Amino acid sequence: MTTKNSLTQSSMPLYPAKTKIQVTIIFFVVLGIYTFSMIWTQDEMVGGFGGALGNMYTVIEKFFPPNFTILPTIWKAMMQTIQMAIIATTIAAILTVPLAVLSAQNITTLKPLYYITRTFLNLLRTIPDLVLAVIFVGLFGVGVFPGILALTVFSLGILAKLISETIESVDMNPLEAMRASGGNVFQVIWYSLVPQIAPQFTSLVLYVFEINIRASVVLGMVGAGGIGLVLNQHLKFYNYPNAMTIIIVIFATVLIIEFISNKIREALL
Amino acid sequence: MENLQLPPKQDKSLLKKVRAIIITLLVVALYVWTFTSIDVDWGRAIERAINNFHRVIPRLLSPDWSAAGEVGAKMLETVFIAFAGSLMAAVIAVPLSFLAATNMMGGKIVSTIGKWILSAIRAFPDLILAILFVVAVGPNAFAGVLAIAIGSTGMLGKMFSEIIESIDMEVVQAMEASGANKIQILFYGVIPQITPEFLSYAIYRFEVDIRASSILGIVGAGGIGTMIIFASSNRNWNEMGMILLSIIIVVTVIDFASARIRRKIV
Repeated sequence: MTTKNSLTQSSMPLYPAKTKIQVTIIFFVVLGIYTFSMIWTQDEMVGGFGGALGNMYTVIEKFFPPNFTILPTIWKAMMQTIQMAIIATTIAAILTVPLAVLSAQNITTLKPLYYITRTFLNLLRTIPDLVLAVIFVGLFGVGVFPGILALTVFSLGILAKLISETIESVDMNPLEAMRASGGNVFQVIWYSLVPQIAPQFTSLVLYVFEINIRASVVLGMVGAGGIGLVLNQHLKFYNYPNAMTIIIVIFATVLIIEFISNKIREALL
Repeated sequence: MENLQLPPKQDKSLLKKVRAIIITLLVVALYVWTFTSIDVDWGRAIERAINNFHRVIPRLLSPDWSAAGEVGAKMLETVFIAFAGSLMAAVIAVPLSFLAATNMMGGKIVSTIGKWILSAIRAFPDLILAILFVVAVGPNAFAGVLAIAIGSTGMLGKMFSEIIESIDMEVVQAMEASGANKIQILFYGVIPQITPEFLSYAIYRFEVDIRASSILGIVGAGGIGTMIIFASSNRNWNEMGMILLSIIIVVTVIDFASARIRRKIV
């Protein structure tokens, strides 16, 4: 009995040898790149880790206690950030509809149109929000407007991609039935596509809204308005207790918005 | 033509109608508040756009090739920051995700604590983490690596715990019934089920981190962001064009490669 058992074990390993070798090679390649990038990124580091925790402690200590007396002044900037995100998300949600439909393989039967839209969206998504903000600030000057534009373009790329994927995964039977009974393109989209994707559409728009709130912190750093602008000013003047208050406010706002949109999402899906 | 009419619609209950009206009113109020209280100086923005257009756009479209070497080196650094950061995050996220998954560590209390830890980490924007780490280890690329690592841990941990929650528990139960211990269940019942999806998400996170690490430079955490800030404060739009081009190329190549690898794994 025991010999039979050992026989089956030796003749039938859990994974074939080829897979084992492949996995080992991939593991060492990943480890090699990792080691190399650790050496590269720590190249300019002076002082090493010795003081790291100490430094961090000294600095974090400077951030406390947060100065809550500035709350009334930053309240307005936080509201501005939320408003920027609302406007940008709304515009992006409207613009995304034609783009998402055109870049969904199962709706757009005209192949060149599909490839053009898809490539355009892929290019759009590669540009970081910061670069968009820098360019728009260069064009329109410091203010809320370039921030809104940057957020709109940035979220358009993400939203159109996500929604076109949702459209590609819908049940095609109602669409075919509509077409067979003589509905035109717009009727097909309105009566059989829209009802299928409406819940996901709302959910994704809310998700992008959350992303926009976070992104507007970055945008403020380069002068595109909102709470980031105020945070940047306080950090530049080494006004750490004030900066800490702003960080806490951002933290709380993000959590609250995430909570609300999770509740809405649960009700929808 | 009498029988050609739409089927009758279902009657909605009063509660649903009231709820729909309240939600609509709330949304309308939100929009009214937004558009009445935001102050956009249209005149000034348009005037500046007209003045600046020829200074910015044409130069953006003619990249400065002499800066290609420098930009390339910084872009490579960005990729390394993202790689080291997302690999660290993938490793740290595994134990946290087991903690947060409701079907692994037993008690509901443990998983709730795990979920809270993960959402607390996620609530910090990458940039604020970067500011903290720049202070701790100095303004260099390693601060960026740490910021990316911590920032991605929150998201990856959440994704991983959702994957663990969706595994087939019958396998685990069968192993338990046949007398396997916890370690055996983990290695033969759980890990084979989650590995492909874990890898797929980790690689996807690397894609996201490339984008994230390209902006960390504005607070001094290394990578291409440093050059973006210099170019924008010097109004060197030719160099900005070069930076933009290199970001577009690198991100496209990595997105493409990662999509191929992920399709192979899953």
